[in-house]
Amino acid sequence: MADLITDVLVKNGLIFAMFIVGFVTWISYLLCKYLSNGRIHGSALAIVAGLLLAYIGGVVTGGTQGLADIEIFAGIGILGGAMFRDFALVATSFGIHLDEVKRSGIRGGLAVIIGVVLSFVVGALVALAFGYTDPVDISTIGAGAATYIVGPVTGAALGAGSDIIALSIAAGLVKSILVMTTTPLVAKRIGLNNPQSAMVFGGLMGTTSGVAGGLAATDPKLVPYGAMTATFYTGVGCLLAPSVLFFAVKYLLG
Amino acid sequence: MIVYGVAILSVCVIAGKFLGDWLGVAIGVQSNVGGVGIAMLLLIAISHRFDSFKKDFGDTALGISFWSAMYIPIVVAMAAKQNVLAALTGGPVALSAGLLAVLVSFALLPLLSGPVENDVGESKTKGQV
Repeated sequence: MADLITDVLVKNGLIFAMFIVGFVTWISYLLCKYLSNGRIHGSALAIVAGLLLAYIGGVVTGGTQGLADIEIFAGIGILGGAMFRDFALVATSFGIHLDEVKRSGIRGGLAVIIGVVLSFVVGALVALAFGYTDPVDISTIGAGAATYIVGPVTGAALGAGSDIIALSIAAGLVKSILVMTTTPLVAKRIGLNNPQSAMVFGGLMGTTSGVAGGLAATDPKLVPYGAMTATFYTGVGCLLAPSVLFFAVKYLLG
Repeated sequence: MIVYGVAILSVCVIAGKFLGDWLGVAIGVQSNVGGVGIAMLLLIAISHRFDSFKKDFGDTALGISFWSAMYIPIVVAMAAKQNVLAALTGGPVALSAGLLAVLVSFALLPLLSGPVENDVGESKTKGQV
């Protein structure tokens, strides 16, 4: 009997994932309504619940895909993968104000470049503070502070060791998860309440998952604006980090 | 037809991702450059012509707005497949690099986003922060 149920759930993984997500969301909205009097957004709690489940999945299986590493929850990996994420993300831009995009486009573009350089510098300084002296290691960790894709791409291009590359991925993951969870908490204080600041925010942060989750939990109307700029960030990071930024580190370290 | 909306969305996503990959190859990086952003611009361009199409296409928009509404559930699934374990056990270097990068970026946002010029809709500047 149990085998039969497991079999059905595994065979219909994506469908089961939709149920799981619906259930988690429902519980989260209920909790928010009754425990926080609606002060915390339901989707913020749902995202945190998702992260918690991912942590449990990681502990149970030792894998890298969070909850999706458990066989019956493998569908979560498909539903939450880049393919569906980007499909839904693009759909959110339906009916967006083109004037907003035009007006804030330059600011957003500028934010992408500033964001990449800023995160790289912060990551590189942390690496220095922890005693790393090799420009390759410092640049790889700096790149990881940009996003968890820029880190390994830079590390591979510069020939960094796999331990340093793993570290850069971890730094990027920390950033992504922090952006997802803390954005709704600070949004008001940093003026993140309009399309223009959302576009700058996406450009500054750059982690598509972080921005996508953080803005969804803050105000879903802002999602497409932030995502639009964030999506350029990883590409710009992969361009700047192993080249200009690496040379700058090498030059500064003599 | 609802499926037309879904098909339009698909074409935009695939075209955007293709152009993003192509842009990545063109500037010599191993990454997609702005694929989702390009796809969004394509969809926006199409949706601005939508009004004139409406009478021929009926409920096409429903096919797109359904996926737009599925966005938050998909983000919850995305959260559930993150490598949270690696982030938490990455050690002090990874934790401080990630944390400080986020803090500095938050701090810089008000400076870069500047004042909101002639607000659209309700978000009138509310005096102070």
